[in-house]
Amino acid sequence: MNGAVDGAVSAPASAADVAAYTPVCALDRLPREAGVCALVDGHAVAVFRTHDDEVFALGNYDPFSRASVLARGIVGTRGDVPFVASPMHKQGFDLRTGQCLDDAAVRVPTYDVAVRDGTVLVGPARESPGEGP
Amino acid sequence: MSPHLRRTLVVVGHGMVGHRFVQAAIERGLTETHDVVVVGEEPRPAYDRVALTSFFEVGAEALSFLPTGEYDDPRVRLLLGTTVEEVDPAARTLRLSDGGELAYDELVLATGAAPFVPPVPGHDLPGCFVYRTIEDLEAIREAAAGARTGAVVGGGLLGLEAANALHGLGLETHVVEMAPRLMPVQVDDAGGATLARHVEALGLRLHTGVATKAVVERDGRAAGLDLGDASDGLSVGADVVVFSAGIRPRDALARAAGLDVAERGGVLVDEQCRTSDPHVWAVGECAVPGGRMYGLVAPGYAMAEVVVDALLGGAGAFTGADMSTKLKLMGVDVASFGDAFATTDGALELVLADAVAGVYKKLVVSEDGRRLLGGILVGDASAYGVLRPMVSSGIELPDNPEELILPASRGGGAEVALPDEAQVCSCNDVSKADIVAAAACDGTTRAGATCGSCKPLVKRVIEEYYASQGRTVDRSLCEHFAMTRQELFDAVAVHGHTSFDEVVAAHGTGRGCDVCKPTVASVLASQLGRHVLGGGRAVLQDTNDAYLANIQRNGTYSVVPRVPGGEITPDGLIVIGEVARDFGLYTKITGGQRIDLFGARLEQLPDIWRRLVDAGFESGHAYGKSLRTVKSCVGSTWCRYGVQDSVRMAIDLELRYRGLRSPHKLKGGVSGCARECAEARAKDFGIIATEKGWNLYVGGNGGATPAHARLLAGDLDDETLVRYLDRFLLYYIRTADRLQRTAPWIDSLDGGLDRVREVVVDDALGLGSELEAAMARHVTGYRDEWRDTLEDPDKLARFVSFVNAPDVPDPHIGFRAERGQQVPAEPDGPVVLGSAIPVGVPR
Repeated sequence: MNGAVDGAVSAPASAADVAAYTPVCALDRLPREAGVCALVDGHAVAVFRTHDDEVFALGNYDPFSRASVLARGIVGTRGDVPFVASPMHKQGFDLRTGQCLDDAAVRVPTYDVAVRDGTVLVGPARESPGEGP
Repeated sequence: MSPHLRRTLVVVGHGMVGHRFVQAAIERGLTETHDVVVVGEEPRPAYDRVALTSFFEVGAEALSFLPTGEYDDPRVRLLLGTTVEEVDPAARTLRLSDGGELAYDELVLATGAAPFVPPVPGHDLPGCFVYRTIEDLEAIREAAAGARTGAVVGGGLLGLEAANALHGLGLETHVVEMAPRLMPVQVDDAGGATLARHVEALGLRLHTGVATKAVVERDGRAAGLDLGDASDGLSVGADVVVFSAGIRPRDALARAAGLDVAERGGVLVDEQCRTSDPHVWAVGECAVPGGRMYGLVAPGYAMAEVVVDALLGGAGAFTGADMSTKLKLMGVDVASFGDAFATTDGALELVLADAVAGVYKKLVVSEDGRRLLGGILVGDASAYGVLRPMVSSGIELPDNPEELILPASRGGGAEVALPDEAQVCSCNDVSKADIVAAAACDGTTRAGATCGSCKPLVKRVIEEYYASQGRTVDRSLCEHFAMTRQELFDAVAVHGHTSFDEVVAAHGTGRGCDVCKPTVASVLASQLGRHVLGGGRAVLQDTNDAYLANIQRNGTYSVVPRVPGGEITPDGLIVIGEVARDFGLYTKITGGQRIDLFGARLEQLPDIWRRLVDAGFESGHAYGKSLRTVKSCVGSTWCRYGVQDSVRMAIDLELRYRGLRSPHKLKGGVSGCARECAEARAKDFGIIATEKGWNLYVGGNGGATPAHARLLAGDLDDETLVRYLDRFLLYYIRTADRLQRTAPWIDSLDGGLDRVREVVVDDALGLGSELEAAMARHVTGYRDEWRDTLEDPDKLARFVSFVNAPDVPDPHIGFRAERGQQVPAEPDGPVVLGSAIPVGVPR
């Protein structure tokens, strides 16, 4: 799930829900087409911001290299898909779904995310994050 | 033969053909059953005699086929500087000049040929030379140093090469040819006349249709030639006289051993190149299959292959050879192929002569005009690659065969589809079908490996094959940029772009990816010279550049401070040791003569670097596609063999090119003498000291496709060396593909290393001063990336484990101990921290 900067999230979350999210950083700590790693309920979460100011959150753990690194990947597009390339071995992951673009069997967890008053907030992991490898 | 009994094969002669024989013997497995002993009389291993004249420019080493002095196969033994005095075919032994004796099971004679020196009076005076070996050329160079005039007796192919060499050594040079024209064996009168105009325009003085009566003596030395037309007998003054009046097979050993030889010289052999003794073989210029001598390297190679085949029990035969020739003499193309003199019954000639352009082209076609029989090309031999295979394959000519030799601007350049059996490379007998078969399985052939004249045709055959397979050679960078890195580099330069956003908006689509973003970042860095993390460029960088460190398998980084030239003080070593100890880093010495510190967490990098920068260290750019190190040996300061200060040069060069962003990593090396302890020829640029200065080698790569660097220029002074290096590096940076190292880049250029030499040394593109100015900007604009980062809070803010818990170590990073140091221990899956971990307030 993703949130537009200071706007409605695409899958609307209630104000009460968002209030329970973890604030992780000011939006200006997150440059366009970059990621940061946040600690959310003990989990390492990679938060990304795309060129059009959408914000996404994935698990930071790269199942291929077994290292916690996805936030350090390069953000761009493959076709129309916003994606991050793992900094280790370049596998791409769809920022919207966590689906690996190079291996249909691999998907990383996604997290709800929102931007309120210039602060990036990360919510719980989505219901069915899919299976790891 | 018992499989357990190894046999001995002796090869006499280590010239081009002897070398080729040994190569083939190794490749085809003959050394599985035979120990090979090669006896060579020259003091050095085989070298490229075809390119002998380039010795004056590039030196002996660059010509060598065996720079290491030995074959990879330990079953081959090379005895150099040794002659065979006598062969006893009955006992199957031979006696060596060092008094030793060798027994053989099989003997291969590859003794080559000797220059023919006409027995005119004075032919053996001091100042008279022949033109065959590197030693000959060294002697000529020495004699020319104190001389003003020179003369070459013989206006054939080799004579003109020799004349060009004398001319290049600064002598007023005469060429005396008995025949009425130059290169009488290869070209006709009209072609010879065209060639003569070119040669005279270069300043050589020609005397054709004239016999040399004597070498004139003054003070016990050669002083000139008597051509019979001067009253005092001195027709032409010449302090240096070079005889190049043909060659004769060296058959003395065979003759003395009682083997059959031809009346006019040469060891008689059958189609398998076997002499009259069943255990003695002869190949190359010393052999005369069917009584005929073949004075070219390609037939010699073919004979060598035939003998290897025969020794393996094969039925290969040598039944004659294509005597086609193509060469560039003093910048003039000359080619002669097939029935160049139209001796076939009814043959017709089709001639294009353009005296203004200095071009003469002749096609010899069959009576019905359907087949090409041969031809002569002078001044422009670009059509040779297409024409020669048409002769050997008998392919039908197009309706307007003259289009084959017309300049492209006048409607020429006709395309002719070659049949599969057409021989593309005559030196190594490689057909079009062989090349296509190799292309289909990503294999290789030897096509183009000897004289190189067929390379453009080889390229065309391969491209045609790929096109036929629907595989276009797509050189697009990625889905976002339908252009090569070079085109992108030019576009950025022309439009003056300074950001990825500008570049992708103007030339690309989408928002980029992990391929194009680092490429654009590298191009911008090469052109702008600004900090890689500044101006929003951090998001373009691969993680190594993005964090100025090398990511390792558990997500930690390694740190490499620069140690220029590998020279470091004890205090410097202590600082590195203390930093490693205090941060618990694993340490290892790198191949580039510096120290790598492993296991740094992202958030530790600034603290580690603060310590290093305070102690005077700077970034080593181990993380960048950029200059890594310039390795050096200890050089003349300490080493008793050193002839130049290699450490000083390595330090100067490493500091000059540090931080320079390039298509791939760049490495350099400097050796203080020819022993080459710095392994400089394994580097992208390698410098080896000589008595007179430095030899510059380029294109050495390690890695998966290792390549030895090749000589670009020799005996350079410091200033020239740096100028050539500036040009070379920036020419590479501007034109190479993404992740293309220097060796494949050089190979990809039309003309290869020669092209690089034209651009870098001869400044053929007139780019030299521009490239030097660009490098000067790089040198003055250089700043240490880590020092700048430490001084900039915005850049530092990215070096945290968690944006909301910057001091909490990532729990995924674990270590275990191995041999007294920490090494990565990988987690089985995502690790969850206890909820007690404090999380900071968002900033």
